[in-house]
Amino acid sequence: MPQQTKRLAIVFLLLGATLIVARHYLVPKTFGALGHYRAASIDENAARPLQYAGHEECATCHPDKVEMHDKARHKTVACEVCHGAAAAHIENPTEHKPPAPRDRGYCPLCHGYDPARPTGFPQIDPVSHNPVKPCIGCHNPHAPEAPRTPQECSACHGEIARTKGFSKHGAVACTECHQVEEKHKVTPLLSTPTKPQNRDFCGRCHSQESKAPPEIVRVDFSTHNPRYVCWQCHYSHYPEAQ
Amino acid sequence: MSAEVNFHDVFPSREHNGAGPPDADVSPDRREFLKQCLMASPLLLGIVCVTEGEASEENGNGYKAQDHFYGMGIDVKKCIGCGRCADACKTENNVPREPFYFRTWVERYVITIDRETVVSSPNGGINGFQSAGSEKGIMRTFFVPKLCNHCANPPCVQVCPVGATFVSPDGVVLVDKDYCIGCRYCIQACPYGARFLNPLTKTAEKCTFCYHRVTKGKVPACVEVCPTGARIFGDVKARSSPLARFQRFNEVQVLKPHLNTEPKVYYANLDGEVR
Repeated sequence: MPQQTKRLAIVFLLLGATLIVARHYLVPKTFGALGHYRAASIDENAARPLQYAGHEECATCHPDKVEMHDKARHKTVACEVCHGAAAAHIENPTEHKPPAPRDRGYCPLCHGYDPARPTGFPQIDPVSHNPVKPCIGCHNPHAPEAPRTPQECSACHGEIARTKGFSKHGAVACTECHQVEEKHKVTPLLSTPTKPQNRDFCGRCHSQESKAPPEIVRVDFSTHNPRYVCWQCHYSHYPEAQ
Repeated sequence: MSAEVNFHDVFPSREHNGAGPPDADVSPDRREFLKQCLMASPLLLGIVCVTEGEASEENGNGYKAQDHFYGMGIDVKKCIGCGRCADACKTENNVPREPFYFRTWVERYVITIDRETVVSSPNGGINGFQSAGSEKGIMRTFFVPKLCNHCANPPCVQVCPVGATFVSPDGVVLVDKDYCIGCRYCIQACPYGARFLNPLTKTAEKCTFCYHRVTKGKVPACVEVCPTGARIFGDVKARSSPLARFQRFNEVQVLKPHLNTEPKVYYANLDGEVR
């Protein structure tokens, strides 16, 4: 074998040896054991600590609460949804106390009205639904009751109710002008309330001939835009004339 | 023989080149050397490819990865957009609290009567959603929870130059944070926008199906806290699992099926506008 081939062979051998030694130290031990990755990373991913303990853990110490909760409408809502991650609480119950949301801001995250929510999901308008009062003052979050049909118009039409409340029409009951069938409370869109159909309805108080108290605004119904029903120009829940 | 012919085709002048060494002396040796190299190369490769140590197939809890193949079902009709999943995910996985770092998030789709689709996800839905505007302009609107689709054919794994992201034997796409070099290729490659670069570790991060929970027999944090059961977790191939039941009783779709990524996050009641 010629000299130069021998030298070249030595160089190649050295390069090969260096490669093998470098690979031995640089490539992690488990790389390639299961695929083109470090197999030990699977165990590392699995070894991270838990934060959420899981709802099944809570019953050990709080059987009464869990029993009540599991029978009620919130049974699909795990404890840690409202009380936060509780793995630390299970480790050390006295040191880590899970929080309980008591202010009005929390419940509307689920129950605030949003048209994107599924039809039938219980929702309220947080602005008009008993403002200022905390939710837990009336509703037991561990065993909330099924929503009842609203007793007053303001439960759904809070904006109108509040606007009307400080207008000149504040004392006029909703049913004075709107005929509401009972089933409107259950299927509001299938049974809509009526509106006054003629000018004479408003004329009972606002015409020149009316027997109503004199401080009520009067117009001459024979000349005042006879082509329109009053509410087509005036917003009856907040009349302009003050 | 063909190698010999090629050699002479490529270097025809060599044979008659007076400046070079005599033909008879060198050519057989070179040929021999090349042959030896060729013969040695499989040996070298063999040595290089030998890996030490077997990866454990079973962890301490008797969990066998080979027995599982995970997926998730999402019922869009059940989602109320409360954002508890995104919030719990951040807590469970120590994801930075500021916006735009999410392993899972909730999007609200508003499709107007003008056929315009508005998608919003303020802080991933964690703090709730602002009013969608006048209801008169809305044709339909709904929430869609999003997360890593744990594709069976994941583009992010394909592009990783160092093998720092991979599909585990139980079908979960994981990131090896000690091996990730933070090149962001995978973030670019993911068609679902499910990855981000952790600003603290400077490594890619994504949903792991809460791998540390599922290997201990628990469900992922987002599934644990979903108040309406819109998220279902389980084995894809099991005959009876919550996910198998979900797939039996729902018409399911996946996101961007035309990309052939074969996602394992299955959506029921999904609108055609969802991308």
